[in-house]
Amino acid sequence: MGKQAAIELKNITKTFGSIIANKDVSLTVNRGEILSILGENGSGKTTLMNMISGIYFPDHGQIFINGQEVVIRSPRDAFDYKIGMIHQHFKLVDVFSAAENIILGLENEGKFNIKQSTSKIKAISEQYGFEIDPDKKVYEMSVSEKQTVEIIKVLYRGADILILDEPTAVLTPQEAQKLFAVLRRMRDDGKSIIIITHKLHEVLSLSDRVVVLRKGEYIGTVETKETNETELTEMMVGKKISLNIDRSEPKNCETRLEVKNVSCVNREGVKMLDSVNFEAKSGEILGIAGIAGSGQRELLESIAGLQKLTEGQILYHNPKTGKTDNLGDKTPLQIRDLGVRLSFVPEDRLGMGLVGNMDIVDNMMLRSYRKGKTMFLERKKPKNLANKIIEGLEVVTPNANTPVRRLSGGNVQKVLVGREIAASPTVLMAAYPVRGLDINSSYLIYNLLNSQKEEGVAVIFVGEDLDVLLELCDRIMVISSGKISGIVDARTATKEELGLLMTKNNGGTTDEQ
Amino acid sequence: MSSKVNKVHEPLFHIAKRTGIPTWLSWLIRILSVAAALVACAVVTVILTGENPISVYATMIDGAIGTKRRVWSLLQNTAILLCISLAVTPAFKMKFWNIGAEGQVLMGGLATTACMILFGESMPSLLLYVLIIVTSIAAGAIWAFIPAFFKAKWNTNETLFTLMMNYIAMQIVSYFTYIWSVPKGSGQIGVINAATRAGWLPSIGGNAYLINIIIVAVLTVGMYVYLKYNKHGYELSVVGESENTAKYIGINVKKVIMRTMLLSGAICGIAGLLLVSGTDHTITRNTVEGRGFTAIMVSWLAKFNPVYMILTSLLLVFLQKGAIEISTIFGLNDSFSEIITGIIIFFIIGSEFFVNYQIKFRESQKGGNK
Amino acid sequence: MIVAFIQRAVVQGIPLLFGSTGEIITEKTGNLNLGTAGVMYVGGMTGVIGAFLYEQSAETINPVLAVLIPMLSCVLGSLFMGLLYSFLTVTLRANQNVTGLALTTFGVGFGNFFGGSLIKLTGSDTPSITLTQTSNCFKQALPFADKLGWFGDVFLSYSFLAYMAVAIALIASFFFNRTRAGLHLRAVGENPATADAAGISVSKYKYLATCVGSIIAGFGGLYYVMDYACGVWSNDGFGDRGWLAIALVIFAIWKPSLSILGSMIFGGLFIVHNYIPNLSMSMQEIFKMTPYVVTIVVLIFISMRRKRENQPPASLGLSYFREER
Repeated sequence: MGKQAAIELKNITKTFGSIIANKDVSLTVNRGEILSILGENGSGKTTLMNMISGIYFPDHGQIFINGQEVVIRSPRDAFDYKIGMIHQHFKLVDVFSAAENIILGLENEGKFNIKQSTSKIKAISEQYGFEIDPDKKVYEMSVSEKQTVEIIKVLYRGADILILDEPTAVLTPQEAQKLFAVLRRMRDDGKSIIIITHKLHEVLSLSDRVVVLRKGEYIGTVETKETNETELTEMMVGKKISLNIDRSEPKNCETRLEVKNVSCVNREGVKMLDSVNFEAKSGEILGIAGIAGSGQRELLESIAGLQKLTEGQILYHNPKTGKTDNLGDKTPLQIRDLGVRLSFVPEDRLGMGLVGNMDIVDNMMLRSYRKGKTMFLERKKPKNLANKIIEGLEVVTPNANTPVRRLSGGNVQKVLVGREIAASPTVLMAAYPVRGLDINSSYLIYNLLNSQKEEGVAVIFVGEDLDVLLELCDRIMVISSGKISGIVDARTATKEELGLLMTKNNGGTTDEQ
Repeated sequence: MSSKVNKVHEPLFHIAKRTGIPTWLSWLIRILSVAAALVACAVVTVILTGENPISVYATMIDGAIGTKRRVWSLLQNTAILLCISLAVTPAFKMKFWNIGAEGQVLMGGLATTACMILFGESMPSLLLYVLIIVTSIAAGAIWAFIPAFFKAKWNTNETLFTLMMNYIAMQIVSYFTYIWSVPKGSGQIGVINAATRAGWLPSIGGNAYLINIIIVAVLTVGMYVYLKYNKHGYELSVVGESENTAKYIGINVKKVIMRTMLLSGAICGIAGLLLVSGTDHTITRNTVEGRGFTAIMVSWLAKFNPVYMILTSLLLVFLQKGAIEISTIFGLNDSFSEIITGIIIFFIIGSEFFVNYQIKFRESQKGGNK
Repeated sequence: MIVAFIQRAVVQGIPLLFGSTGEIITEKTGNLNLGTAGVMYVGGMTGVIGAFLYEQSAETINPVLAVLIPMLSCVLGSLFMGLLYSFLTVTLRANQNVTGLALTTFGVGFGNFFGGSLIKLTGSDTPSITLTQTSNCFKQALPFADKLGWFGDVFLSYSFLAYMAVAIALIASFFFNRTRAGLHLRAVGENPATADAAGISVSKYKYLATCVGSIIAGFGGLYYVMDYACGVWSNDGFGDRGWLAIALVIFAIWKPSLSILGSMIFGGLFIVHNYIPNLSMSMQEIFKMTPYVVTIVVLIFISMRRKRENQPPASLGLSYFREER
């Protein structure tokens, strides 16, 4: 089999304002191979692929397909070159059925005929081993069903080059294995597959070659057979980083928070938490692992008073007064008024934790503006706090009056975590606090959490990287489909153990095939 | 050399979002857009009247500030428009699309009318003023509260709800204009208490409108302080920016929505008071003259900043007055001013694009050099 | 009397039906055009201008031209409004609510200005704009309608524009649910990023739908002048029907087929006060409130029910920019 280039990129550059997303990137994808694009969050993987699929347009550089230079101005152009992309955030219309979504955008297919399309969808499903109900509405589907729709959508159009952006982020390991099998079948069919990921084991088990990006720049290409985890990590992060987090033994553990039999439902009435029971102790980090969307968000929001419980209690043992309060039926304001010092770094930083259009000072005020007896705002203390955080956590910003939206992801997170820690909490909850952050910022956050623990705070840390969870936490609780499937000691547990627990209560979906 | 190999059509330019823009540049763009709009208005006027552009502008300026009376009228109209714009601003800052100012003002005006007619004869004047102020504020506030309540409770679409409330208010006013019409059955109220002037806002130093202008000036300062330095003002901008953030820090979003709309409606009620008690001394269903809608544009064009609103409302009223003068002189219909207003606003809202986005031309026209 | 009531209700409802069908098509792509009231004024007025100029210049009135000229000028006028709205909101990504309100100010001003100044501007010697001849051509009903008793009166007594309104609504309904382009159009309104990624040109659909929607809405204005008002233009005569058309969109929960029924109900509510005996002038004003009150009730009702299928298009009111991040 001669290696034939399907796509070739030459010196691609793309900037967003002053941010350089890609700088002089060149790479080649061959026919009949699986190519991994490896890089940390924010290394420009997705931006690069978006330029191939016509979402973005490069500032400089050339794209060749089958040796011909092409200009891809829109997704339609990309389809014409038989390129299809499966985005990390699915691009599906919720109120449409699977079939309607799949045929969306096709125009040269002759008469509009859903039935005919449906049978073609079924044929594709059989060929590659998908299971799908073409008439099911997307808003009724599970994540993995939606992903299936996305993949069929691309195949339906006869794509030869498939790009998958972090396809396993939302899947259970079993579902991921199933997906990999499908992808291998496609490769053997002669298709080119590009998979964007930052998970090393996936790269090693699935791909033929690996392209590594770092901070928007092309670092190199290696054959998977000839490389190993250490080499890839080095390429990805630059210098060798010791993954050692300085973890001390928990001291003076007291039960701070007791979650008893908690259940809740989401807006559609689907049960998101199902009889959850656990304790969080002072002076330790409790990790929460689970597949995205298993109820982590609801759990933290329940504790913070943002989610109505259908049953159960959340008991807080106040170290100052020795009293015990039930937070389960209280609003965030009532919880505060009880003297509960609860800090919460939510997953959605700019949508929940901070206000993007306000400056750093006004964002500091979010927690403290009620202080003072007058009806007017007091901006002096927030301003001092803002400057303290900018200095202490090395926030890169022109000044404290810059709107937070203009800061980079890592700096936004520093502002948020800084504010939450400044409230000297007794319980600190952080949901995916390092998502999208570079290595240095991530470590800064880990160290902050660690020092909070050493000061006797009960830290609850929701993470996605199992390696980090195992090294940072004292205990790890695994949540699956809204239920606690196990709580393990982080010092002795293994990744495999966690992976198994993560998929434990998944009902029927994993058992199929 | 190789330029003929592949003559692919490259897009000439594409649009990118600006990350930041210097303040002076954004204002330059806006000023240029107003200038362009004025040119466009002159072109339209010249086409319709055949007059030369210079005298068109001269006529407009004369119509707006030509005599002392016109200056007062300009200031008075600006004050009313500014007052309604101030009223809608806190709601918009909260991203609550209150397009019901028209109705809220009308209800405030109706309350004033009712007090003047029913108690004008019988009540001592100080008490009458107090009653007028209380009832008109309450009427405007209640009219604004109804849609706010449903928005808070069931997330009912406020744009359409407040819109419908306008027409209900108009019908209620029509109803009362029949009930109180002078002479009976004419469907018109006429000037109320013309002889006694009971319930009329007093003139200061012989200037009938000065008190209106003073009241609105005070309101402008008050609103500026409220939005920038008051805790409630802070809360409503958090709600407007992100409801999730507001909930996260323990703001009761429903309460803020209802409270802000009460304020918005209350100021509309004051505007109604100024219109009926301070200006027209009567009421019809068209008393507000669409200012409730124009105010939205004033507020939006000023980026919800009360100080800038003085400028935008003055600009619009100035042009309206000028356009009306032109139509009077040429015997045309005075709806000409609405056309002019429309054109001005099209230009200004169009110019925001150039503040927020930039056009990047494709630079890699390397052609034959490789 | 019931027959007469139904007839009048239908005649009242037709402008609303045009307006709401046009607005539904526009809103289905995510464009909330609050300028519909202005568009309908412009549609009516440009039709009047066309008819006026034709009546003034022609010796004898050719019925076909008398219908085609106003219709064509109405199309051009409302198309211009649609293009203006699309250019500002789609190309320049301006705020839809503000643009819509400005469009209404402009459109209503345009209608009233030419309504009040047309005679002066053209130097004509007629006292007022009365286009009786043109109106008669528009009002041509089916010849056998009056021979069929009440059935003819209720169903067949209207002019061709009325049947066109119903036909357009039915075609729109078919288009949304049974054609590929309809599917694409709905996708643009529900999730423009998805539609874009699927290779659908979001701008093209938004432009097309808004312009076609405006043209249809403009016919509502034309129908009002030529049929309902018998060719007599009076300033502000069209009143707030444009806003009522927007209300009707909600009443019909974004379904053109439902808006056929809804427009007749609204038309009935609009005139019901004329059919209640011994109603004083003041009470009539109270009765004129009913369409607005009913709309509010419907609005509250659908917001309480929260049924997925009955919700507005998900991206309604928002601009789309592909490189947003």
